Amino acid sequence: MAAVAFDEMTAFAGAATSPDDVREAYGQLKNWLDTTPADHFNTRRSQAELLFRRIGITFAVYGDNESTERLIPFDIIPRVITKPEWGFLERGLKQRVTAINMFLKDIYGAQECIKAGIIPADLVYKNAHYRMEMRSFRVPHDLYVHIAGIDIVRTGENDFFVLEDNARIPSGVSYMLENREVMLRLFPDLFSRHRVAPVENYPDALLATLRSLAPATATRDPTVVLLTPGRYNSAFYEHSFLADKLGVELVEAGDLFTKDDVVYMRTTEGPRRVDVIYRRLDDDFLDPLVFRPDSMLGVPGIMNAYERGSVTLANAVGTGIADDKAVYSYMPEIVKFFTGEEPILHNVPTYRCREKEAFSYVMDNLSELVVKEVNGSGGYGMLVGPHATKREIEEFAKRLRHAPDGFIAQPTLSLSTCPTFVASGVAPRHVDLRPFVLCGADEIRIVPGGLTRVALKEGSLVVNSSQGGGTKDTWVLDA
Amino acid sequence: MRIRVVHETIYSYEQPARGLIQVLRMTPRDHDGQYVRRWRIEPSVDGRLTEREDGYGNVVHWFTPDQASDALVIRVTGEVDTHETHGIVRGAVERLPETFYLRDTDLVLPSPEIQALSDAVAGAGDPAALPFLHRLMAAVHAHMAYTPGPASAAVPSPKAFEAGAGVCQDFAHVFIAAARYRAIPARYVSGYHRPEGSDAEQETPHGWAEALVPDLGWVGFDPTTGDATTEAYIRVASGLDYLGAAPIRGSRTGGGTETLDVKLRVEQAQAAPQS
Amino acid sequence: MLSRTADNLYWLSRYVERAEFVARILDAAHRLASLPTSYGGGETNEWASALASAGDPEVFKPHYDGVNAATVCDFLAFSPHNPSSIRSCIESARENARSVRTALTTEMWDTINGAWLELRSYEKKDLDRDAFTRFLDWVKGISLTFDGSAYRTMLRNDTYWFTRLGTAIERADNTARILDVKYKILLPDTEKIGGSLDYFQWTTILREVSAFNAYHWVYRESVKPLLVADLLILNRQMPRSFANCYGVLVEHLDLIADAYGRRGASQRLASNLLARLESEEIDRVFASGLHEFVIAFIGENNKVGAAIAEQYLG
Repeated sequence: MAAVAFDEMTAFAGAATSPDDVREAYGQLKNWLDTTPADHFNTRRSQAELLFRRIGITFAVYGDNESTERLIPFDIIPRVITKPEWGFLERGLKQRVTAINMFLKDIYGAQECIKAGIIPADLVYKNAHYRMEMRSFRVPHDLYVHIAGIDIVRTGENDFFVLEDNARIPSGVSYMLENREVMLRLFPDLFSRHRVAPVENYPDALLATLRSLAPATATRDPTVVLLTPGRYNSAFYEHSFLADKLGVELVEAGDLFTKDDVVYMRTTEGPRRVDVIYRRLDDDFLDPLVFRPDSMLGVPGIMNAYERGSVTLANAVGTGIADDKAVYSYMPEIVKFFTGEEPILHNVPTYRCREKEAFSYVMDNLSELVVKEVNGSGGYGMLVGPHATKREIEEFAKRLRHAPDGFIAQPTLSLSTCPTFVASGVAPRHVDLRPFVLCGADEIRIVPGGLTRVALKEGSLVVNSSQGGGTKDTWVLDA
Repeated sequence: MRIRVVHETIYSYEQPARGLIQVLRMTPRDHDGQYVRRWRIEPSVDGRLTEREDGYGNVVHWFTPDQASDALVIRVTGEVDTHETHGIVRGAVERLPETFYLRDTDLVLPSPEIQALSDAVAGAGDPAALPFLHRLMAAVHAHMAYTPGPASAAVPSPKAFEAGAGVCQDFAHVFIAAARYRAIPARYVSGYHRPEGSDAEQETPHGWAEALVPDLGWVGFDPTTGDATTEAYIRVASGLDYLGAAPIRGSRTGGGTETLDVKLRVEQAQAAPQS
Repeated sequence: MLSRTADNLYWLSRYVERAEFVARILDAAHRLASLPTSYGGGETNEWASALASAGDPEVFKPHYDGVNAATVCDFLAFSPHNPSSIRSCIESARENARSVRTALTTEMWDTINGAWLELRSYEKKDLDRDAFTRFLDWVKGISLTFDGSAYRTMLRNDTYWFTRLGTAIERADNTARILDVKYKILLPDTEKIGGSLDYFQWTTILREVSAFNAYHWVYRESVKPLLVADLLILNRQMPRSFANCYGVLVEHLDLIADAYGRRGASQRLASNLLARLESEEIDRVFASGLHEFVIAFIGENNKVGAAIAEQYLG
């Protein structure tokens, strides 16, 4: 087990025995938890579930087995972040995403950071997410990542770490919006006791961001669409939800076609030129003429239109290189190199097994580390030292020794906990946070809040919804 | 040697195919060993043909017919003067760093069997790059049997190696996978080959590999024939694998079943090249 | 609007309409088949004619041994092999609805999705006659609720108009298919005129298009074949007549054309056809051949459908 975790309600005090044990931000909330009868919470929890099925029904019905549609568990106790804490995160996020965009511009252009030895060449060039198609042209405003989801964990009063930079097609923002919607309906009184910063303007901010990216050829009222892989995609509900909130068409590949380097959508009024595509489709599937030839989800010729500048893709092609685990380990250096500033947000300490010293440290401490495969996807290439058997560790050590370049290692972090409703009542559970950063041509917008994921199992550090994780509303206090 | 190429790719569709787009990597560029005297791409139907360069440095044409049509012929004709360079390719357009060519792709993967082959070849003699690559070429040539067929029949290298047979793309992919596994940058090349003393009609254009040899640069290896490339080769396009250098990649909506026919002549032209 | 969205709305409405049509055909066939033999019940080939009206006999053949009440009911109501079975219609309707979920009102979605969920409770059982009748009533109820919720809840814009086009094209086709199969019994001299069998046949047609009561309100006469045909083809008051379906089509095609500021082949074809129906008289139709007239109409109606698809849905 990891060391005692920082609890966001009680700091390191464990269960609060006196009001002094409660951090100021949680004062009202603690009071509310203490004074509200338990069955009231239970009623509200089932109402929340009903509400999700009702407002969310639009989306939940798309699941495979519709009579038992899956809802990601929602915890009704909000997570509270103070104004100064948020101010810190906001500055850090802006700096980090700015640096990521400068990094992408550089590796697809002058490659100064490679020449300067900031990042090893092979990490970039050998990476499948580095798209050589992007070397021959410049994207509008030199912006590659327009929508980023940066995963942040907390381990103490002032200790925030970036765990992952999701720079491809981050998802989850619909939960941020729906969770708030449900909380407002269920606990209006609680909102009257707090000044919670609104998140409802996220769709407006996203639309403004997307419109700012329109190519020069677009009219003053550019046509923006959201491109989805289709109904069978696991995030389809979010695509449909966002398109609806943005007031833009939700298109599938078959709705788009290219002619003479321009992308059009098929409408009842004839072909309509498309200027900006918020695509929720991986690079690999975008254009069967350029990437995977067997892709049925892509639009033939879209890359040609993109390269000619007649349409903007958000995010740009080739941003995956910035959310690679090996590249992640160089982010502090990257931030410093491109912004000339010290990074505000720190990385989780990371050992690169490609480096001899780090490698021998990792080999000596396997049972305490989390080892991740850099180009791997999913949990297959991962070792969680403290939870692994001796045999598993030995097996993994063999793989590590064979190809140290392919791995990084991190200490197991003791993620902060938040009060959460579980079967036994209110108990601390580990959480993380994914704020969404929007980079437009005009400005960087960050809606105060994000998606808080919570590991519902006691002691578990795994917040993924596929492994029993739930979500919470995230309150950023305005005062 | 002066080589003349007449290459017709003939598509016919059951019904008129709409929304046809073709990406053509069919135009060779000069390098020290080849000089393109003349070269033309002539589609049989009216349409838009635009030229650009891809990330590798290949010349790419995008072709979109103006109207739906049930037949399309892409006719490529040209003449190239080549010189014997013993497979060494210098002066070609290089747009990517060499490490780029160490990357795995869906088609080029070093399966444990390919790794074993690569290790065995390396252990069987001088481990330096050039002798290793020559032995590797011979080993791939010996291991695999040539089965005539279109380039589109190519499969991922592990499968091709396991089958022990394939089209020329498969030979090249296995070779490239085994070279990259030894950290030798390697790439796929598409083009034309005139077999020794034969001007006979061919069924498909050719494909082979290039590997980077210290002090020499890129060197052409043709595991299908088992020889290094010679002045009988015209280098047209290169990429990480066949897909990056494919002469034609296309897409369409409708049209029903497609039939494909290739008419290709790679002949020695009359006039002798200047010395 | 995306063409795909319009396409889904259009086909959603067509399938809902078709499901009801098939239910009506089955209902009428049951009624006729259960007549005492002295009235001609059992001797008529009512099941073959139901099959011809509401399904494709060629699709039927490979899956069943013979044409009778059990096989035809199964084929038309539940067969997954029959793309126009009630089950297939409801599934296709829902599939289309799912794709345009955000373009539908909650009420419309609930109707279709609810129907699809409830369909399962009917499928596995061996329904007896009463239960089967209740099933058919349930199907008719779906289209009533769906149409009603569309009428009461949808914004009057192209979303609504495309659902109307789907319903009208499908209705016109369905009415024409009944006439295509049954035109013979409307022709004079085939049976002893005014015989009880004829009477039941004619009234069956009226029931199939839910116009049994309407007939008397419109004509205030006993049931006569000429007037039955007039009601189904030329009478603008009759919701399922060719003339009214085309009235509805032209009205909504015009609304779309005005909103988009463009007219095209579908407006041209549909208004031509409406003008011809309006200037037609039923005596002339009989004189020049009822069957030929119906066959020609089916062809014209398909052309209008194809023109709509080409102009808006592709």
